Amino acid sequence: MQIYLPIAETSVNAFTLLGVGGGVGVLSGMFGVGGGFLITPLLFFIGVPPAVAVATGVNQVVASSISGVLAHLKRKTVDLRMGTVLLIGGLLGSIIGIWFFNLMQRLGQLDLIVQLSYVLFLGIIGALMLQESLRALRRSKNPHAPRRKLHTHNWVHNLPWKMKFRASGLYISVFPPLLVGVGVGILAAIMGVGGGFILVPAMIYLLGMPTKVVIGTSLFQVTFVAAFTTMMHALTNHSVDVMLAVFLILGGVIGAQIGTRIGLRLKAEQLRILLALLVLAVCGKIALDLLLTPSEVYSITIPGRF
Amino acid sequence: MRGVMIFVVVSLLAVLPARAEEVIVGLSQNRVSLTVNYEGSEILIFGAVRREAPLPDDSDLDIIVTIEGPPMPAVIWRKARRLGIWVNTESQEVRAAPSFYAVAGTAPLSDILSAEADLTHRISTRLAIFEARGPDPRDAAAFTEALIRIRQGEQLYQELDSTVALQRDTLFNTRVTLPKNIVEGTYTARIFLLRDGEVLNEGETFIDVQKAVLERWLYNMAYDRPALYGLMALALAVFFGWGASALFRFVRS
Repeated sequence: MQIYLPIAETSVNAFTLLGVGGGVGVLSGMFGVGGGFLITPLLFFIGVPPAVAVATGVNQVVASSISGVLAHLKRKTVDLRMGTVLLIGGLLGSIIGIWFFNLMQRLGQLDLIVQLSYVLFLGIIGALMLQESLRALRRSKNPHAPRRKLHTHNWVHNLPWKMKFRASGLYISVFPPLLVGVGVGILAAIMGVGGGFILVPAMIYLLGMPTKVVIGTSLFQVTFVAAFTTMMHALTNHSVDVMLAVFLILGGVIGAQIGTRIGLRLKAEQLRILLALLVLAVCGKIALDLLLTPSEVYSITIPGRF
Repeated sequence: MRGVMIFVVVSLLAVLPARAEEVIVGLSQNRVSLTVNYEGSEILIFGAVRREAPLPDDSDLDIIVTIEGPPMPAVIWRKARRLGIWVNTESQEVRAAPSFYAVAGTAPLSDILSAEADLTHRISTRLAIFEARGPDPRDAAAFTEALIRIRQGEQLYQELDSTVALQRDTLFNTRVTLPKNIVEGTYTARIFLLRDGEVLNEGETFIDVQKAVLERWLYNMAYDRPALYGLMALALAVFFGWGASALFRFVRS
């Protein structure tokens, strides 16, 4: 069954869409990730214009993280002060990202920029995850190997404008969280992702936040930045397709429930290796599209359309 | 179907003024609605040739049917390899290119249409596109050819040689399939009567392609009231995202 998408102005198969939403939902349930970084490239692969895929992907992030953030707020595992600082940075970043996105669209280079950011970030994250999980796997086989120290004092702790973050037990400058927020906001606007995959490691390794508040605080920031970015895309580009979003979200929420149950039955290290390989596979596919000689070197854009 | 067609044609014949040879046109539908499950549609174009004078026997009658979607400007990009990756490097603007163009005839166009008549009436796909004047005309042609090639691949441009059926030099009909990726607007169907490569008479009729009610409403809201549309998108996301997990919790407990 074909579904006509009123904003993308094309038809796609409804079951393919539900499959993409559901499949990514299963993965996000299994691994506890948002899945925006998989949804957006999969939408490119099935022929949704990149501008619509990015704007709708970021709308889907709101749906996939909203129930998580509510649960964390109830359990009080959100550092609201840190979340607010990260959020302010995120909103700034989102504005910068939207400006850059619209500029690149006018110059006809948007597809390239989106693809390049995906190759870069998926490549780095996939490689880091693979390395980390292989190390964890080795450690589980050889428990006497030396562990890496989690929290160290580094340059981050010598910056001015210090602020107390009680829930995280931190007394640090506001600049590092602000800058992390800006970076995540830019990625949200350009790539249509929540940015949790950058935010979580940055909070743990760079800011030194305790793990018990990391997930809740990152969900808090991601939800609001994604909501803001959705609004910005709707206002400046008119590229959010609600018909597409509804199918992705429906598939996603059902998939996530299934994924959570599968995730409970598998071993964490093996799961992480699988996720790392998946991320690298998507990265590789996009990279090949950029590197291999295309079958058609010409393409058409219509001003004012996607 | 055929009975209705002939009835329509005959009744049209009765009311039209006289000329040597004149075309009368009908369409199976003059409205296409792009609904949620739109997968393309087939349009039947039919009609008749009305003539006062006896049938000339020194030349053959030919018919060409074109359907043209709303013309739009377009930018055609060409990729080249830069630093190992393929990047859009050059572009060429086209002032107006039909968003859809199908051309069908009683025989291949080159056999029944003279170059002059093609220039005057802009019948072949190539001439339906208004090129911008580029610095290098040969290179500009490569861009226009790419535009045609890409749109032919998407069924947006169709060259349907010899698909018009002409019966007893009077009744004709052809079918054109509108693909699923057409844009909305007024589509023009033109019908040309030709003898010896020259156009004798031309008829015109219109097909209105519109998004269905819901799709139209969403599209208009996205452009006319983007703030409201954005808030609706967020409300849907919150409703489904939170609602579904609340529902699953309820079912499990």
